[in-house]
Amino acid sequence: MIRILSLLALMAGLTLAPGSAQAFCGFFVSKAGADLFNQASKVVMARADDRTVITMANDFQGDVEEFAIVFPVPEVLKESQINVGENRILEHLDAYTAPRLVEYYDANPCAPVYKMEMMRSAMPMAAMMDSADQRLDAAALGVKIEAEYTVGEYDIVILSAKQSDGLQTYLNQEGYKIPKGADKVLNSYIKQDMKFFLAKVNLEEQAKSGYTYLRPIQVAFESEKFMLPIRLGTLNAKGPQDLILYTLSREGRVETANYRTVKIPSDTNIPLFVKDTFGDFYQAMFSESVKKESMKAVFLEYAWDMGWCDPCAADPVPNEDLISLGAWWLAEAGPEPIPGRGPVRMIVPPQPDPANVYVTRLHLRYDAQTFPEDLLLQQTKDRDNFQGRYILNHPWSGEMNCEAGKQYLQSLPERFEKEAQNLSQLTGWEIAGIREKMDNAGQPFEVQPMPEPRPWWEKIWGGQEK
Amino acid sequence: MLTKDPRYAQITILSILTILQMFWADFGPSPVIVALNVSTALAVQYACSRMVGIRFDFRSPLITSLSLTVLLKASALWIYPLAVLVAIGSKFTLRAGGSHIFNPANIGIVAMLLAFPHWVWVAPGQWGSALWLAFLLAAFGCLVLYKVPSRDMTLFFLGGWLALIFGRALWLGDPLAIPLHQIQSGAMLIFAFFMISDPKTIPVRWPGRLIFALAVCVIGFILSIEWHIRESLFYALALVCLARPTLDSIWRAERRPWVTEGGTS
Repeated sequence: MIRILSLLALMAGLTLAPGSAQAFCGFFVSKAGADLFNQASKVVMARADDRTVITMANDFQGDVEEFAIVFPVPEVLKESQINVGENRILEHLDAYTAPRLVEYYDANPCAPVYKMEMMRSAMPMAAMMDSADQRLDAAALGVKIEAEYTVGEYDIVILSAKQSDGLQTYLNQEGYKIPKGADKVLNSYIKQDMKFFLAKVNLEEQAKSGYTYLRPIQVAFESEKFMLPIRLGTLNAKGPQDLILYTLSREGRVETANYRTVKIPSDTNIPLFVKDTFGDFYQAMFSESVKKESMKAVFLEYAWDMGWCDPCAADPVPNEDLISLGAWWLAEAGPEPIPGRGPVRMIVPPQPDPANVYVTRLHLRYDAQTFPEDLLLQQTKDRDNFQGRYILNHPWSGEMNCEAGKQYLQSLPERFEKEAQNLSQLTGWEIAGIREKMDNAGQPFEVQPMPEPRPWWEKIWGGQEK
Repeated sequence: MLTKDPRYAQITILSILTILQMFWADFGPSPVIVALNVSTALAVQYACSRMVGIRFDFRSPLITSLSLTVLLKASALWIYPLAVLVAIGSKFTLRAGGSHIFNPANIGIVAMLLAFPHWVWVAPGQWGSALWLAFLLAAFGCLVLYKVPSRDMTLFFLGGWLALIFGRALWLGDPLAIPLHQIQSGAMLIFAFFMISDPKTIPVRWPGRLIFALAVCVIGFILSIEWHIRESLFYALALVCLARPTLDSIWRAERRPWVTEGGTS
């Protein structure tokens, strides 16, 4: 069966190994990686001036013969403008920008000390497919094959067309199953002078390469159009789909110019039991946020200078990897002042790798009704950091023997209730169920008695078998 | 309203919008920026009024500064008062045919975009359908209630702009949802109701105004569709404002019928 999904259809998502990065007196605990979301596509766009590099992650799982992609591009690309990237780098970028869970531990209220922080983070992406090698009379259909290349494991064709029906016939003949309604969209792109980038897997090359999975396809071009075509992808989708767009820019956060960009809820205290189900939590919260915005907004999940992070869901992506994702300006001559950074605006911790790259992670759930138009993007000069961050605050459970300790214990139920309310509001989960889980997980809603002081020798030998 | 002056209604609408943006929008202006913009505008207006010997009027600078607050974004705080200074200052310095050449808020935005491209950007004005509709109704209500002679400007512009947007969609064969979505820009509404309608910077006679409005539409459309410039309308208006004295010389009037002391937005 041959199908076409155009950019952004289904993708199973990346699996992220739990990291162990240590940051800001805390430990990485968990992240909500892109793999949580089915039917999600991952795209990286690196852009400065008019130079643009798009990397399309390819998590296609299935018979590679069925993989195919059709993607509108603004110009006919030369072979050298097409590349096959590495999944590893995308996985790293995904991990670095993923929403995260952090943990704090209350200090002994009777002996105020320092706080420890721990964290986790969360998120995914999609593709298309087909095979076929028959060559038909493209010219008669008003379709011009501008170029054909084999790059890595992919056979690539760049087409221009005069009419959508000819193009559609050609694609059908080539074995692409064009979804209903595609002709109108194709026609719209044709009139806007867009070319079409088609890629399929070259089985021979793939066998030679030794890779068992498909690698991301990258294209580089110069265009004033800072946009991402999503319309083709909505045609054959079986419902709303997710897109995670990572942008690398030089000056600041990227936002959608024709859709509302809003921040994902962040910096909220939530119950401790979420630690074991952070993925479920994030998915539920994302769905709830989408619902509140009537599926018409684009969510900002991360916006940060690539040079550092705090806390880190993963180490910053090194420069050579950013360059391969298209941050071309890093490859140009030596360090130079960053345009637009302006006066010192914040105290930045020592930067391990002071990359002049600003990363933005946008997440949207869309269909043809709520996102009828392609995404138009604009780079702002906003360098205020933002991350999706959820806080677990462990109460002190050790010994306390003072008036402050008593007050502390009295204050806990109110705090737990607030956490339960937060979680319910964020996810839409029933408050009663949340309270029950909290109760079972050591966050009771009744004031607890002061723990009996233990003799000091028990603290030394108490836990040992004798 | 207690007055026949539509500027009070404009100030009210813009103030409500500013407050909503300040407290409920994710990337809205901070109270510091609002205070900075408004106070700078009033101070500059006061100083300039004293210098040229006219009565101080708070309405026009208030409208200018609130428009700037909602639209202009900068990565450095000092840019905000500078934009206001350029905006209000231009009213008193860049003049032709008895009034200033540029819409103050518009020239403030354009000047900052050109002078500090690495620090400045314009909020895209995606407020969500409810706020967009509320703003549209309120602004349209003002248009109907206050029979300002220059209100045809807004209608000329909106007519031209809608024709271009819907015409393009028709030509491309796009579904209606696309042009309907494209016009849902808050920035475009502010532009249509509070900028291009500024009575002091548009031609005095209606044929001139029609040409003026259509020129803004066409230039803005080309800049945004062909060149992908997101701030296209602001550039277009600044450019066409330069032609206003010429248009006025073709379609003359004895005097600018609606000009009052102290200036308008």
